[in-house]
Order: sequence, then C-alpha cells, then structure tokens
Amino acid sequence: MKSLAELEEIRKKTLEQISLRTNKDGLRIVVGMATCGIAAGARPVMTALLEELKKRNISNVSVTMTGCIGVCKLEPVIEVINPDGSKVTYVKMNAEKAVRVVAEHVVNGRVCTDLTIGASEVK
Amino acid sequence: MQNIYRAHVLVCGGTGCTSSNSEKIMTELEAQLQANKLENEVKIVKTGCFGLCAEGPIVVVYPEGSMYTMVQIKDVKEIVEEHLLKGRIVKRLLAGDKEAEDITKSLDGVGFFTRQLRVALRNCGVINPEVIDEYIAFDGYKALAKVLTEMTPEQVVDTVKKSGLRGRGGGGFPTGLKWEFAAKQTADQKYVCCNADEGDPGAFMDRSVLEGDPHSLIEAMAIAGYAIGSNQGFVYVRAEYPIAVKRLQIAIEQAKEYGLLGKNIFGTGFDFDLEIRLGAGAFVCGEETALMTSIEGHRGEPRPRPPFPAVKGLWQKPTILNNVETYANIPVIFLKGAEWFASIGTEKSKGTKVFAVGGKINNTGLVEVPMGTTMREVVYDIGGGIPNGKKFKACQTGGPSGGCIPAEHLDTPIDYDSLIALGSMMGSGGLIVMDEDTCMVDMAKFFLEFTVDESCGKCPPCRIGTKRMLEILDRITAGKGQDGDLDKLELLAKNIKASALCGLGQTAPNPVLSMIRFFRSEYEAHIKDKKCPAGVCKSMMQYVISAEKCKSCNICAKQCPVNAIKGEKKVPYVINQEKCIKCGVCMEKCPFKAIFKNV
Repeated sequence: MKSLAELEEIRKKTLEQISLRTNKDGLRIVVGMATCGIAAGARPVMTALLEELKKRNISNVSVTMTGCIGVCKLEPVIEVINPDGSKVTYVKMNAEKAVRVVAEHVVNGRVCTDLTIGASEVK
Repeated sequence: MQNIYRAHVLVCGGTGCTSSNSEKIMTELEAQLQANKLENEVKIVKTGCFGLCAEGPIVVVYPEGSMYTMVQIKDVKEIVEEHLLKGRIVKRLLAGDKEAEDITKSLDGVGFFTRQLRVALRNCGVINPEVIDEYIAFDGYKALAKVLTEMTPEQVVDTVKKSGLRGRGGGGFPTGLKWEFAAKQTADQKYVCCNADEGDPGAFMDRSVLEGDPHSLIEAMAIAGYAIGSNQGFVYVRAEYPIAVKRLQIAIEQAKEYGLLGKNIFGTGFDFDLEIRLGAGAFVCGEETALMTSIEGHRGEPRPRPPFPAVKGLWQKPTILNNVETYANIPVIFLKGAEWFASIGTEKSKGTKVFAVGGKINNTGLVEVPMGTTMREVVYDIGGGIPNGKKFKACQTGGPSGGCIPAEHLDTPIDYDSLIALGSMMGSGGLIVMDEDTCMVDMAKFFLEFTVDESCGKCPPCRIGTKRMLEILDRITAGKGQDGDLDKLELLAKNIKASALCGLGQTAPNPVLSMIRFFRSEYEAHIKDKKCPAGVCKSMMQYVISAEKCKSCNICAKQCPVNAIKGEKKVPYVINQEKCIKCGVCMEKCPFKAIFKNV
C-alpha cells in the first residue's frame, strides 16, 4: 500500500459488496417467490434485477424475496418499497420489464405506470 | 469484478459459537445453498462474536438483519428453504421473544443490543475478520493513514491524552501519559507490546476482539509505534486461544501483503513490523513485567518497578504495553476525534467498557456500555436478570484482583473510581453475577484458590501469605472456624497488599476483604453458628427427605451413587447422613420435590 488513494479504492469497492449489511434507508425490491411466483418465472426476474443493479453500480438498493402475496394469477409480482414504507406493486413481470423498472423507477424515480397492479386491473 | 450477492448470511465464528458447532452449521449452509442453487446469490460470512453467547450459535441474515439464535444443524435447511428461497423469516428461531409477532425483528430490535454502545467491539459480528478488505470498508487503516500523513508523533500522543482513554486491562492508567513517557525516552530501539494474555476467570473480551476484529489491533499498534518512535511490536497471546491466534496471524499476513505493515508504510518512510508471541497460559504473565520477561524467553516472573517499562522494558529498551481492548479504541479516537471520545462516559472515565458477563445471569455474553452505566442496567436491562426468578446477591468485578458489589450498590455508576471506592476494581472487565444460592465464603475461597494456584512463587507474601489465607477459609467452610479468624484474614490481607512484589500479589486479597466487608454476617454465621446460610458448604448442610411428601418411589435410592438412601414401599425413605457425600443428585431427581437442604 503506497498511497491513500489505493486504500480509498479498496474501501469503496468492498463497501459496495457489503452495503447489504449497513443499508437501512435505500429502496427495497421484494420479489414474490412462492411456488406460484417461481413457476411463473420469478427467478429470471430476480436475476435480471440483480444484474441490472450491478451493471449500474447501484449499491443502496436491496433485493429480497417474499412468499405469495395472494394474487397468483398476476405472478411474477415485485414490489418496490420506499424507505418510508410506501410501495409500488408491479405484476406479470419478466426479465425485460425488470430491467425497465430499474432504469425508470429506481434510477430516475418514474413509476412504470403501465406495469403496476392498478394498470393490469384496468385492462 | 466480484459478484454482488442479494443476501449475506453471517455465522458467528467466535469461540463460544464454534464450541456449539457453528463450523458445522456453515458447512451445512453451504451444502443447502448449493442444493437450492443459491450459491451465487447468497454469501456466507464468518464473523467474530456478536456478544450474545448464551443464545449461540448465532446466524444473522441480511438485508433483513434477522437474528437467529440457538441454531442447530437441522434448522439450516429450514432457514435456506424458507428465508433465503421464499423470503419467509423463520420466526421460531428469532432472538429474544421467540413468539414475537414482529417478523422484521432484526439485530437492532433486540433489547440486548439496543442499550449498548459498541466502540471497541464496533466490527465484531459485522465484518469477516479474515478478509482485510472488509475491515478497510469500515474505515479500517484510515486512522493510520491520517496519523502518518497529517500528524506529528507529538500530536498523536496529545490526541490520545485529550481523549481521556485509560488502560482497559486492569490498572486504568491514562494511556496518553504512558505513550508520552515512552516517546520522551531516547533510545536506539523501542518496542510496542500488546497484552493479550487474558487470564481472569470469566473474562473473554480480548479474545473476542482478536477473533472478530484483529486488524483494529494491528492498526492501533502501528499508530502507537509512530507515536513513540518504535518499529517493532509484539502481541503476547495465550496459546489457549487457538482461533484468536490463527485470525491474528492471517490478519498480520494480509496487512504485510498490503504494505500496511513492513517498510515505508503509505510512502511516508515509517516502518513497523509485528510479531506474535505465544504464552503458556500462566496468570502471572498478564502482569506487565512478567509478560516482558516471558517474551524475552525467560521464566515469566515479575520484577520490581521502577524502572517502569516506558523507561526500561523489553530487553531494557523503552516499551509501551497496552491491553487489546485499549488498542481497539485507538483507531476510532483518530477517526471521530478525541473530543467525541471524551464526550462519552463520566468525568474521569471516558469512553465505553466491555464486560464479559457470566455466572447466574440470563444473557451470558459480551456487553459494551458507556462508562457511568449502572450495574443494575447491565445486570437487568441488558443481562436479562437472574435465571429461575432467584434474587441477585452480588457481582464480582475485576476477577481475582477485584471485589464484589452487593445489591445495595446496584445503582452505582460503573467507572474506575466508583469501583475502587467500593473496594473492587474495573480489572479487565469480567463480571460474575451471583444469586442467593451463592455462599460468599465459598466464592472468596474460589478466587483465592485461583491466586494460590497461579502465584509464581517469587515473593513470599504472595507465595506463603495467600496460602495461609486459603487455609483459614478452608477451615471456615469445613465448619471449623475459630474466633479471631476474620481478624487474622484481615491482618494477612493488609500485609500481603503492602508487601507483595507485583500487582497480582498486591490485589490477591481483595475478593476476601471485599466479601468480608459486605457479607460479614455470613462469615460470622459460618464461624460462630457453624451454618452456611446459602446451603453451599457441604460440612454444614444435610439433604433431608420430607416424610410427608415422600411417595416411596425409589427413584432417589436408585440414583444415589453411594447407596446412602434406604426405604420400603409405603414407608418414607431416609438418607443415611454418615454415608451421604452431599452430591445433590437425589434432590435433583425427586419428582415430588420431597428432598430439601437443611442448613
């Protein structure tokens, strides 16, 4: 170790990897992964979310799983939860839609209104 | 690029949890993750001690922060399949109130943790101690960088002085002053030593820091080296701590690889190297002069002071010697400032103190609280009180060098000076809680047996004096106490305190003195009435079967190892007191609670 810059670089890089343990105020994305969700393809959705977050170097968003929310016919379901507890529920997800949610909702703060549970009811 | 995981599973790898199978839990976890194809999504992290040893093995799952306690190998499958696969927290394994409805119950919500302030233990149970990058991520080695590039050695000493940090190993000497003495010496070679020879029965905070956060010690010792002008450090740790030694070795190697130990650190021209010296586990080697004698390769025996180590220490060179917990506070002082540190605690005792809480208490484990916290808060609010609804009698601080604090002083704020005023001392932070079933004569005898065993034998007051004191206590507990025994004990104690060579001898009589001071009537009951009120001293109690409650079931007679119990159907059983060895098995096994102690 010859410089402070090197130390700082290791610090930042590792912090990203372990931010999961310290992050208390970022967004939380919950993926429904009960039998119904998995059967409808929740796993590729989650993998896509993780990869997109990684690609964009976003470390303050955690991705977790949950059980069946109860609307099995709309699976895969994901919910984006704000630190204040308010949330947006997206339904009938797939990998492409997941990438869109990260790009539009997580990064730019614009809810993808056409993918929400409300939108699906109108149809 | 390394993989980003969506969940981290932290498994405690401290000595406590390791002895209750946490290694096997980790192996099972790996197998279950693979079986469910989660190995690329979930990361397993081996950490240091969380502090809640009574509830171990402990597993924490992030991002939720769910803390699972008393996890068994068969529970692992459920954690993986329920929590990690389906996101359903396994409620029955959660810490604290297992029936809690709150499914998001996390580490921060457990009462045991909410009242603590973790400074020395800041990284224990948070990082993987075998990965230097994780320490760096939590601002590790930043303090060393700041010290080497922005501060002069005088400023470093000044900062430590201003923080008000005092030695956490026993004596409570101001750390900054110690460093200043050594810094002012001129010599061709100086040394920085760490005392990790934690010998007090029941104390294990130093072990936990070594196991959970070894890099903080390395960083602090390098800072100390810069402050006093030394380029060589030694960590003296007992070989009885194999996990701690292994992790420290790994940490030193990683630090060397990164150039954080060795030549020209951060390109500043400052060199510092660190070596481990293993001790054989003698209590006396925790005394600073004996410790240094042992590092030099001689038999660990103390020598008179002065000269103090800061003037003539290791190989006659100026040396500073601090305890592990003291060092663990150093990096934080430089990161957050001396003023921040000095704002915690009481007027003369700054910062926090770690206590290893054991004995008759629900939450056995490690607790870190600001100085000035009362004993009641530690025992009841954090420690969870006394098991089985028993009454608190006293707690022993400072191990075999300290004294007891009885119930009437439970509200005393804990700091160096208030404990000394009570005839005890902070010591290294062992806290042994005693309930109403503890005999204070027996307890004093226990500590004295320890010091007699561990006396190095160099000076007569300690070698012979403590032995004579033990003989008197033996006599008292055997029901053969004589009038004047207490005076003799006090006189012997006074003389040993005044004339023993080292700190350990001088403080060896403390437990006896303190227990006589607060529980004199109990001692007098042993001597005059030949009674042990707590029913512990075997010569003064009998196990008796109640004729009314006995159902003649024969269970006690079958269990008795010396066939001392006889009886027939429909006739109450009787214990032959001459044969009885007072092991207590009959009382434990009696299904009708018909057997009791007669004191």
